[in-house]
Amino acid sequence: MESNQIIILAIIATSLATFISRFMGAITSKKVSVKSKLFQWFNCVAYSTLAALLGRMIIFPAGVLADSELIIRIVVLIICIIIFILTKKNLVIPTIFSAIFLSLLTNL
Amino acid sequence: MINLKVFLTGLQSLKGSKSPAIPLAACFIALGALLKDAGFNLQQSTASSLFTYALPGQLVMAESLLVGASIINIFIAVWLVNFRLYPMTVSLFPLLEHKAQPKWKYYLSCHFLAVTSWLIAKDGYQKIDKKHRIDFWIGIGMGTWSTAILMTLLGYLSADYLNKDMLIGLAIVNPVYFFCMMIGAMKNLSISIAVVGGTILGPVIYLVSTEWALLFAGLIAGTAAFLLGEKSGK
Repeated sequence: MESNQIIILAIIATSLATFISRFMGAITSKKVSVKSKLFQWFNCVAYSTLAALLGRMIIFPAGVLADSELIIRIVVLIICIIIFILTKKNLVIPTIFSAIFLSLLTNL
Repeated sequence: MINLKVFLTGLQSLKGSKSPAIPLAACFIALGALLKDAGFNLQQSTASSLFTYALPGQLVMAESLLVGASIINIFIAVWLVNFRLYPMTVSLFPLLEHKAQPKWKYYLSCHFLAVTSWLIAKDGYQKIDKKHRIDFWIGIGMGTWSTAILMTLLGYLSADYLNKDMLIGLAIVNPVYFFCMMIGAMKNLSISIAVVGGTILGPVIYLVSTEWALLFAGLIAGTAAFLLGEKSGK
């Protein structure tokens, strides 16, 4: 197969694999009441899974981020979280600073 | 059909001090550049964000293609990394449910479900009248989704001008944004345990199994958080 076709198939496979989880979620949601314990459990699992993904993104990143030092990524993250708290939960300032800090520290 | 005022309120979540526009731009510009590197053309890169719109899955796809993985392998790897969207949908959509709203709105708009839009919706849904919450969600979704698509396009077009240091800088923005949003969401004991537990277990289990790490870490930490929360009565 030529590479163009493989790319198109990969896009279709990726989109399907992603949409299945969303669509199944929408179907399940019709049967889950907000007040139920099941909903609370799903809520906890959702936050944990997301946190697990983020922990992994910082400790074992994919892509270009893997070329930066682990200790620098952690320092940048902690500084940005402190900025977030100090600026009364402003998200724009810490996100802009994160890119600048990481570039500066990597090139020291 | 759609309450325009509520829809626009959702769309406007792109503005202000909690704006997701910068982190979304940063990560999808980086993705656009990466896809160009992986041999995608402009249309394919844009289509990827249009139809998939879930960054970790798109990264897995690009990296799998680069190492020559089969389509079946790509499907399974993406399904595992994006399975988080299932519990995320189930923990959001019941909050948007209203009998007066048609079902198609829910089944179509579930495509907008991604970490960014989910965190914004979870943060803001209480301010919206129950009857129109799904329109609020569609507003958030249209805003974040279209930003992601446009930025993928921009990233692809500007790939030649982005050096490696700039790409590394762009790549950290998104995890930092998500972490800050999650810390903002830690308003009760069970959510706090879920977030802290998941953050620790995710990388730990990753050492054992790269593919199943998210699923297991989420299930274990989430269930523990739920049980501890129940025990303490929150």
